[in-house]
Amino acid sequence: MDAFLQNCLTGLSIGSIYALIAIGYTMVYGILRLINFAHGDIFMMAGYFMIICMTDLLIPWYLSIILVIAATVLLGVCIEKVAYKPLRSAPRMSVMISAIGVSYFLQNFATYLFSAQPKSYPTIGFLSKTVQIGNISTTLVTFVTPLLTVLLVIALVMLVKKTKIGMAMRAVSRDFETAQLMGIKINSVISFTFVIGCALAGIGSILYFIPRSSVYPLAGSLPGLKCFVAAVFGGIGSIPGALVGGFLIGLSETFIKSSAYSEFSDAFTFIILIVVLLCLPTGLFGEKIKEKV
Amino acid sequence: MLSKKTKKICTAAALVALAAVIVCVGQFTKSTSMLRTVFQLGAIYALLAVSMNLCNGFTGLFSLGQAGFMTLGAYTYAVLTIPSASRAGVYYLYGVAPWLEKLELPIPAALLAAGLVAALFAYLIGLPVLRLKSDYLAIATLGFAEVVRIVTASSPLNRVTNGSLGLTMIPGFKSYYGIFAVVIGCIAVIVLLINSTYGRAFKAIRDDEIAAEAMGINLSKHKQMSFVISSFFAAIGGALMAMYMGAISSTTFTIAVTYFILLIVVIGGMGSVTGSILSALLVIASREWWLRFLDQPLYFGTFRVPLLKTGFRMVIFSVILMVVVLFFRKGIMGEREFSWDAIYGFFKKLGSKKKTEVQAK
Repeated sequence: MDAFLQNCLTGLSIGSIYALIAIGYTMVYGILRLINFAHGDIFMMAGYFMIICMTDLLIPWYLSIILVIAATVLLGVCIEKVAYKPLRSAPRMSVMISAIGVSYFLQNFATYLFSAQPKSYPTIGFLSKTVQIGNISTTLVTFVTPLLTVLLVIALVMLVKKTKIGMAMRAVSRDFETAQLMGIKINSVISFTFVIGCALAGIGSILYFIPRSSVYPLAGSLPGLKCFVAAVFGGIGSIPGALVGGFLIGLSETFIKSSAYSEFSDAFTFIILIVVLLCLPTGLFGEKIKEKV
Repeated sequence: MLSKKTKKICTAAALVALAAVIVCVGQFTKSTSMLRTVFQLGAIYALLAVSMNLCNGFTGLFSLGQAGFMTLGAYTYAVLTIPSASRAGVYYLYGVAPWLEKLELPIPAALLAAGLVAALFAYLIGLPVLRLKSDYLAIATLGFAEVVRIVTASSPLNRVTNGSLGLTMIPGFKSYYGIFAVVIGCIAVIVLLINSTYGRAFKAIRDDEIAAEAMGINLSKHKQMSFVISSFFAAIGGALMAMYMGAISSTTFTIAVTYFILLIVVIGGMGSVTGSILSALLVIASREWWLRFLDQPLYFGTFRVPLLKTGFRMVIFSVILMVVVLFFRKGIMGEREFSWDAIYGFFKKLGSKKKTEVQAK
């Protein structure tokens, strides 16, 4: 029973990090119809930003967190302006190749700057403390992560539902061209989407790397793919869907890892993807799309 | 315009020249020569790029499963050909599966088997996956490649694939020309396929799926066919790579390999066989030879040239990829193929320009 609860907690924790990254995928896909292949690598770069801030520049953790989020957002917006904006009217395959190119570039660039060897991630004292609840012992960060994520998701849903920019985002994701005709500034909406996605990826990266304690240039690629699966599972374009998808992927992965088939936990995620795409192409909460000729 | 006969003579001359270059390199260089590496590796990557182009460039299916099929091909080839005498050494930790102990196929049979195994998997995975739209297809095939990688390294297969230790002592062709023979043969088959009615159907699907369907092209059948054939040749490419390197492990063919092949295809032009071949040779020559210096620190007297250190080469490659995608979306050749008319036209234009300049003076 204890082991079960322990797994639940770990699964929820990793799942909520997946959810944070998945939101970035889901929002960008909702608006641009583009899989941002570079999102996982932005997440990885955020890990390196934290190392630079805390280990190299010795900035205290509370300032570092703010700096890391700001730097990640800046990186994401720059990527959008340089690599995606010029291709707005290009065929979809070109944009996708551009996204892959950015991902490839970030991986190689990180290898160049920081070498392929894992770098140790700084610790934030109070987050690494062990907490004892009943018979389960865990670090505080594992405990905080799901709560923080749920709060962030609620805030984000409010933003999308209640504010003007949120309404603009919904309009753009529904119909790109009509939204433009109604006087919505497409570019600022897209930039804003990237700001939110990257800020969440920055927060996710801090929560992800603290318990794992090392960053390497490919650290973002597998989590990135898994988070995309989470986004598809929950229904692409849906923010609560990303949360649920993230939790489900995180939990299933943790339970498989603790069973005899631990080697196959990553493989299982992709099998989920294929099954979901076949049986439930719009995911759990996705809108049904009709194919127009 | 050139007459058909001249073109034929030109093509024949070019092919003879190409063969002569390969033979010269084979005859007159040492086995450690850079030219040999570039030609052999370039040929293997050319096959991989052309096979990816068949699926991505000609049929418009954005598949990123290359690395997975290469793993399948490389492992099948290696498992079937490692000499039975050295098997005990290779599988020293886990022992070898009993049915493998005495197995030792000749190289051509093993290559064929490698392709067929990958084609079988491509068929099975293609049934569900090819129904997906472009970007979902990309993610699903990427995921498939990752699954293949994880399964080959997993413990239930230890006695076949040697788990995470990988396989060594993989035999290759005795002669330097073997790889070229296989690559040229495979590319020739792909070119014949592209020029056949099937090839025209592939291009029709790429250009407009709905129109193609209205014209009576069976979409799922042709997509499946293109995907399976592309995987077949990707696996043979993977097997050649295993042969070239002599040792493989589950981490040999990662997503980065797929991206690198994509880079070659994009630089050469999506939908151009000659473009892919040309760009494979150029990119490999730059990676292995011309741009090597980027990875070493360089000094002029006491001045150290900034930026140059390990890893800079790959950064440059990714920048090139980005520049090509953003500014030269067609790559070297676009969708065109190499043709003598184009070259003739180019020189004629150049000549007439000069003439008018002279007259103007």
